[in-house]
Amino acid sequence: MPAAMQPAISIHRLVKRYDTGHVALHGIDLEIRPGEIFALLGPNGAGKSTLINIVCGIVTPTEGRVLAGGRDVVREYRAARALIGLVPQELATDNYESVWATVKFSRGLYGRSPNPRFLESLLDALSLADKRDARIMTLSGGMKRRVMIAKALAHEPQILFLDEPTAGVDVELRRDMWALVRRLRDQGVTIVLTTHYIEEAEQMADRIGVIDRGSLIVVEDKRALIDQLGERQLRLVLRRPLAAIPAGLADLGLQLRDRGDELVFTYDATRTIDVSALLRRLTELSIEISDMQTRQSSLEEIFVKLVGRRS
Amino acid sequence: MSAPLPRPAPFMPPRFNRHGVYAIYRFELARAVRTLIQSLVTPVITTSLYFIVFGSAIGARMQSVGGVPYGAFIVPGLMMLTLFTESIANASFGIFYPKFTGTIFELLSAPISPLETVLGYVGAAATKSVAIGAIILGTSSLFVPIHILHPVAMVALLLLTATAFSLFGFIVGIWAKGWEQIQIIPALIMTPLTFLGGAFYSIDMLPRPWRTLSLFNPVVYLINAFRWSFYGATDVGIGTSIAFTLGFLAACAAAVAWIFRTGYRLKN
Repeated sequence: MPAAMQPAISIHRLVKRYDTGHVALHGIDLEIRPGEIFALLGPNGAGKSTLINIVCGIVTPTEGRVLAGGRDVVREYRAARALIGLVPQELATDNYESVWATVKFSRGLYGRSPNPRFLESLLDALSLADKRDARIMTLSGGMKRRVMIAKALAHEPQILFLDEPTAGVDVELRRDMWALVRRLRDQGVTIVLTTHYIEEAEQMADRIGVIDRGSLIVVEDKRALIDQLGERQLRLVLRRPLAAIPAGLADLGLQLRDRGDELVFTYDATRTIDVSALLRRLTELSIEISDMQTRQSSLEEIFVKLVGRRS
Repeated sequence: MSAPLPRPAPFMPPRFNRHGVYAIYRFELARAVRTLIQSLVTPVITTSLYFIVFGSAIGARMQSVGGVPYGAFIVPGLMMLTLFTESIANASFGIFYPKFTGTIFELLSAPISPLETVLGYVGAAATKSVAIGAIILGTSSLFVPIHILHPVAMVALLLLTATAFSLFGFIVGIWAKGWEQIQIIPALIMTPLTFLGGAFYSIDMLPRPWRTLSLFNPVVYLINAFRWSFYGATDVGIGTSIAFTLGFLAACAAAVAWIFRTGYRLKN
């Protein structure tokens, strides 16, 4: 298989059963494509972190196999782990260390020879250059998070895992984080992130996997997911309220809302409508329109629908 | 965030992750350097206190032990006592701290083997305690004349004991679920064993039942072997003593191997 075609991560029938008997993952199958941003979406306790932690070597799988760049993460852990960087959910830092010392430590720990120039440009890109000699304890929460990212990138990984990168982060920092993730992808880094913020997946991901109670219930291109499962609505605000839907429009399945002030037309991706034809028919019936809006369901509604369908 | 991100260059990790071992070793020693004053001054003060109390106040009323003046007699025991406590404290803290702060995730997800991890942590802890042992020896020589009959054996025993107890400390650090448990092993087990292990007396000075009981105390053999390297005199056979030290080292190494194989208190 040529390198470009090889999945960045491939997961086969992965099961995690804890000693307590709790099954966190029920036979997950998943492939992450090189260079994509993949969002793993799911409610708290769905198994997102367990999945990431198994790939990164922090949790031992009960059954199944994980390959990173074609290398088994258990049997060929050196080669596999060298490819991976991990930014965990919690801000775990050595408070007494300087930014420079901790980043240098991470690079060494992963077995790479020192490269001050690389680390300097990394800190530069993460706006940490002027903090290189500052102790981590003196940094703000947002900066600490960037230090965590710098540590994860210090050994030049090809695949980056971000576990809840924006949990508890304010709006501005969240936007910064999204921009950073896109810049990383532009450098050829494959990105897997977990989130329970649907907006985040919607904003950033190329593909989305929805995980619920230890099973992947859907893996799909973001657009396709929204198109297939989402609804579109065309809302027409009427100048004069209607008492009922006129007989001439009965075939379209329109709804009359707001005491007859609004006509709502609901359709999905499988059904296209000709808006101008619709408007022409309304004009023929002398129905005047003062405003119109279209909207489509957000990933959030799709998600609620998907997870709700199972329970 | 305007500067461009550097493009990552792929690499193949070597068979032996020497950069990883060095990173851990350096990191651990850096912690000692940050607290240099405590690291150096504490053992000097403690040693001086022991000499004032045991060496001058009590030692002046004591005869020599086996031909060695009492002040000089206690030097090897004092060094061993410090070596035990420092090795256990340094190594247990070294591995417990990342567990406590959560930074352990990095160690677990790095391409570093258990052996390399242990080399880094135990190597650093042993280095620190050997350095402190040397400081105590230096401080002692200000109070009493010191002769070392078998310097090579003395250094070898120092390294061996520091390594064995650093390994033991590493195990304690992994086992511990809280700071109290880190304290409890040195306080509850090591201090009594050392005080009853002939650090400040020859076990020949004890009445019979206590002397016999002392032979079950492994610390007796360690102190005994170390004192032999100074003065040549022994309470128990030197062969037995060295065998005990090596046995303890082997037992700790086996326990560490088991910890990494099962992921005990490290991984789920």
